[in-house]
Parts: sequence; C-alpha cells; structure tokens
Amino acid sequence: MLEALLANQALTITLTGALVGVAGSLVGTFLLLRGSAMLSDAMSHSIVFGIVVVWLLTHAQSGPVQIIGAALTGVLTVVLTELLTRTRRVKNDAAIGLVFPALFAAGVLLLNLYARDVHIDTHTVLLGEIGFVWLDTLSLGGYEVPQALLWMGVVTLVNAAFVGGLYKELKLATFDPQLAAALGFAPTALFYALLLLTSATAVAAFDAVGAVLFIAFAIVPPATAYLLTDRLWLMLLLGALVAIAASVGGYAAAVQLDVSIGGTMALMTGACLALAFLLGPRHGLAAQAWRHWRQRYANEARALAIYLYEREDRGVPTAEAELAAVLEDELGWPTAQAAAVLERSRRSGLIRRDGSGVHLTPKGRETARALRQPWRRREADPAA
Amino acid sequence: MMAGLGTLLGDYTVQNVLLGAVFLGIVSGVLGSFAVLRQQSLLGDALAHAALPGVCLGFLIAGARSLPWILAGALATGVLAALTMLLLIRRSRLKTDAGLGIVLSLFFAAGVVLLTYIQGQPNAAQGGLDTFLFGQAAATLRSDLYLMGGITAAALTLVAALWKELKLVTFDPQFAGAIGLPVTVLEVVLTAMIALAVVVGLQMVGVVLMTAMVIAPAAAARQWVKRLGAMVALAAALGVAAGATGSLVSASGANLATGPLIVLTASALVLGSLLLAPGRGLAWAQLRRWRERRAIGERQVLATLYRLAAAHYDPAYPTELGTLDTLYGGTPRRALRRLERRGLIAPVAHMPHEEGPHWELTEAGRRAAERTLEGNSGGAG
Repeated sequence: MLEALLANQALTITLTGALVGVAGSLVGTFLLLRGSAMLSDAMSHSIVFGIVVVWLLTHAQSGPVQIIGAALTGVLTVVLTELLTRTRRVKNDAAIGLVFPALFAAGVLLLNLYARDVHIDTHTVLLGEIGFVWLDTLSLGGYEVPQALLWMGVVTLVNAAFVGGLYKELKLATFDPQLAAALGFAPTALFYALLLLTSATAVAAFDAVGAVLFIAFAIVPPATAYLLTDRLWLMLLLGALVAIAASVGGYAAAVQLDVSIGGTMALMTGACLALAFLLGPRHGLAAQAWRHWRQRYANEARALAIYLYEREDRGVPTAEAELAAVLEDELGWPTAQAAAVLERSRRSGLIRRDGSGVHLTPKGRETARALRQPWRRREADPAA
Repeated sequence: MMAGLGTLLGDYTVQNVLLGAVFLGIVSGVLGSFAVLRQQSLLGDALAHAALPGVCLGFLIAGARSLPWILAGALATGVLAALTMLLLIRRSRLKTDAGLGIVLSLFFAAGVVLLTYIQGQPNAAQGGLDTFLFGQAAATLRSDLYLMGGITAAALTLVAALWKELKLVTFDPQFAGAIGLPVTVLEVVLTAMIALAVVVGLQMVGVVLMTAMVIAPAAAARQWVKRLGAMVALAAALGVAAGATGSLVSASGANLATGPLIVLTASALVLGSLLLAPGRGLAWAQLRRWRERRAIGERQVLATLYRLAAAHYDPAYPTELGTLDTLYGGTPRRALRRLERRGLIAPVAHMPHEEGPHWELTEAGRRAAERTLEGNSGGAG
C-alpha cells in the first residue's frame, strides 16, 4: 500500500510541495509576526553557498550533515548582518542586502568553478526540480523513499515539535520580547533557534523548489493566514492549510499548462493571499469597504433623524415639496443622495412619509433624542 | 601582462563589456545612493527579482530575444511590483518586510512559470533568457549598449533636474512636504528609478544579484564622504570599477557568470571601505581605541609612580615592580617600556641582590604626571 503510494509520482510531488509549505509556514509565521520576513529571503539565498561548500567538503547532497551544515550558513548570514549593523556604518536593511548577495554570489561562482563535480547547476538553484524528486530515492525499511520527501518530512516533524513544544515561549517572545527576557525565557536564543530551523527547512526544500521560491512557501501562507485571523494557533493551522491547498492546486495547474510545478505552487499561495486580501472576514478589502459603507449609511440616517427632530421641536413641519431643497441647503446632500437616505431611513423605520410631509416615527425620535441627550434614558414625558 | 591587457582592450567584445559596465556602474551607483540613504535597500532586492516575469513577457511579446522589449517588460513588472507592495502594506495589516517578501517571491514565481512556458514553446530563439538570471556580459551587443546608454543618460538627466527636490525628500521628507513639494510623486520617481537601475543591470548582472549592485557601491561610497553629491559621484565610480573588473574577468573566457563576479568585487570594495575609509573606517577606529587604551595605561602608571613618590616625600622614590604587579593585577611591562623609551621614567638599581627591578620618575615624567593629575582634578580630562 505504502509502496503504491510512493510509486505515485503525482502524489510524491504534491506531498513534497505540501511539506515544504507546511514546514516553511510553521517557522515563517513567527518571522512574519516579528517583522523579519526578509530574513527568510536572505537565508534562502545564502544557503546556496553552504550547500556547495558542504558538498565539496563531504560530498553529502542530502541528509543531516548537509542540512545542518548548510543551514549554518543561513544563521551566519544573520549573525554577519547583526555585526555589520552594530558597527553603525550601514543601516540594517543595507546590511542584509550586502551580506546575502555576497554569500550567494560566492556560492554561484563555486558552482561555476566546480561545475563538473557538483550535483546542482545554477539553473536548479533558482528553479528547483520538484518534478523530479521521485527519481532520487533512498532505501528505507524496504521502501524506496524519495530523498526530498524523506528529509522534508523529518524537517516538518522537527519544526512541528519545536513550535508545539515551545509554543508558549515562542508566543511570548514574539509578541512581547521584553517581558520574555524579563521572565528569563531567552528570546534571543529562541530566535536563533527559529532561524536555524528556517535555514534548515530552506536547505531541505532546496532540491525541490530552489532558493527563491522557498520564500513564497515560507512567507505567503502565514501572510494569508494573518489576514484571516488574530489567533496564533489558528494562524499556524490556516498557514498549513493554505500551503497544502496551494500544493495540490499548483500541481494540477502546472501539469495542465506544462510549466514549472514549483513556480505554480508558489503562485497558488499568491492566489490564496489575493483571496484573503480581497475577501478576508475582518481585514479584507471587501469587509473594509462594507464597514465603511455601513458606517456612512448609519451616519447619514442619524444626521437626518437629528435634523428632523430639531425641526419638529421648533414646530416646523417638513413638507415633501420643500424637502429636496432643504436637505441640499442644510445638510449639503445632492438630490440623489437625499432621496437615497430618505428611502433607507423609511425602510429602517426611522421616518414616515404620508404624502404631505416627512415625520419621524417614534423609533426615529428616540434615535435622535438618544444622540442629542445621551444622559437621559428616555424622552421626558411632556405630561409629567 | 600589459600587452595582454592591450589585446584584451582592443577586443570588440571586451569594449562592449567595458562600456556596459560603465553604464551599469553609473546608474546603479547614482540611483542606489538614494535607495540606501532612504533605507529602501531591500526594495531593490524585490524589484530586481520582480524583473524576471517582465523579461519573459518582453520576450513573449517580441517573439525573440529583443532587448528593448525585454527591458520595457522588466521595467513594467518592476513598477507593478512596487505598486502591489504599496497596495498590500497600505490596505492590509501586513508590514513592509512581509510586503517585500511576498512581492519578491510571487513575482519571481511568475517569472519561473513564464520561463518554463517559453522553454516549452517550439521556438529556436528561446535560448538566451537564462542569461538574465545571472548575467552574461559577453553577450552584450553594440545595439544593447545604445539602449543601456540611453537609459543611463535619461536617469542621470532626471536626477540632475530634480537634484534639490530628491535631496530634500531623501533627508527630510516632512520638511519637503511642509514647503509644498509633491513628496509622494518624488517618492514614486525614486522608486521607479530603482526599477530603472535594475533594468540597466539585467544584461550584465542578472535579476538575482542586481540587488547588490544597488546597495554595495552606495554603501561603500558612504564610508568615504559626507556630502550627497560626492557620495553619488563616488558610488558611480565604485560601481564602474566593480562592473569593469567583474565583467572583464567573466569575458576573459573562464566560463564564469558575470553577475557573481561583479557582486563579489563590489562586496570587496564595501569591505575595504568599511575597514579603511578615513574617519569612519573600522580599522582606524580600532587603532584609535588601542592607542587610547595604551595612553590611559601609561598615564595610570605615571600617576601611580608620582603618587607613591609623593606619599614617600621622595621625588626619586624607586617603585618596585612587585608593587605595580599588586596594584594592576599583572605587570604593565609594555607601558613601562614605552615610558622608559620616551624618557619619562628610568630604571634604577635598588638593592638589586634581593628584589626585582625598580623604577623612578624622571624630571620630564614628573611634569607629565602633574599635567595628567591636574587635568583630572580640574574636571577637564
């Protein structure tokens, strides 16, 4: 049964993509919340240097030696950036932009120089070969398991264990690093552990999606989830779901169009982000616009109610004939807008039109009165 | 060696490559200076990656590897990426770093998809697109240079015409807004200029490493000078130097991609500038720190000898090395040696058969110690 599953190329590829996304967004969530999303960009570029160096030294092209060795270059990038920023000769953003291109360039140059000895070419560095992950297998308990899938699985488990085991600590260190430090939770050490895991994930994902597309897998699903929820656990869950959906959808679309599978999966995360950006329940553009309109309608209805209330108080009836002119003069509403406001207020039962004029209903009077005299609970009884 | 260089310079390809490097250096140095000073270095990174889909679209529209179309496409997607990022961070709760990461990776993914789409087409002219990833200086044609030169000239004219305004927006956007400058328009111009710099570098450096060319020359130049005009000029010069060195090595036929060579040269220039620039250089700062620490140590020893002498009512009181050891928790041998060389203290033989070496203040040493102590008690030092 497992054998059949592993022999299924489509499944292997989709699963690898999904694992890259799940593992990436587990750590990416915290980077995003800390405001360090661009560190994933810096690290995923500079691990190229680490991968080439580890290969030249040990000829390990996958497995723990390669993952940890190359992952250290990612952490090194952040350390060097910190050191450079601390000299105060360059700003932090420039420091990031100076360190990782240098390491990346060195990595690519080494690839050029030792092209014959190295298993990857510069093309793979950028594009990945997720379509061929099933070719490179490892015998494990009698099953031929694709290397990329195996190591992505391991990294995903490690990431999940890290996030699950240190959930409270990570949450505190992310949202209130000062408090975390004061309570002795070593937020800096936690942060570097997070960076090491991000870097290791990038290395494990490298053969599948290359250096640049990994950023999409690590940043875009958490960003999508961030637009949908305020709860950290839900954000992690939604990020993983987006990653899985993008992997499945991306594979189908890529096969249909005969284009890069990794690229299409990354684009699918983008499609999820676009959907969340437009239709998110609270932060989405549509929801924002809806809130905005509702607020405007409510304000218009209130303005009308107060205006009519004051006229009625002064004993000035509002006749249909003069209505449009009065509303334009006094409230600055053009005829069309005035008509719309009147109609909406009538429908929500604030006003009544009996052909001769416009009157507030008791509900309308109460609305206006409550706004003008918020300290009174109900209209003073004229009889009392 | 010189003859070899002469032949190299006479070569048609090499001339092209050098001219291209000059344009690349000027544009990225000048426009990058503004990006670095405005702390938008990573925008250059995002826009560089975002050029890839534009390259592919330009190719698809032109139906061939036509540089004008490719550069126009790159510029268009670069600007589109910048606008998308603005939309994301203005209209959602995502912050700048997330906006940059999202735009960078998604536009690049679109580029990857388009690239594989083009490679799947039965079209013989598809080969050259890969070179835009890491740059290939040797592929530069004379006609490409006209285009790059034209863009460079246009960018420089724009910067010169808007010099005062750009300077103000870079250093004090609030003030610029207060005196009625169209800050938003100028910021858009500056952002579009980064995209322009990326476009000029595509051929030489490629999309992935153009970010370094935007940042490195400017960051290096900043170490040497304080004025914007000088920084821009120096950044351009350093950019040209990095571009020329990297592309010459690449074109000399070792089959190395141009982009990484140029970027490593530029990184070396940054490292050198950080260490050695007069005033700001880290090496000088370290040297100053050593000197100061040394001077403080010497003054301490002098003051100690002086006070011991005063406490014993004997200007020529010979202080024993052991006393200093106890005071300092270790022998300040080097400070003693330097003070002796400068004639401020002198070794004296004092019961040499029993104890270690002794030191006394010379006349000059006493005066120096008095100056130091006065300075301290006066509150000035």
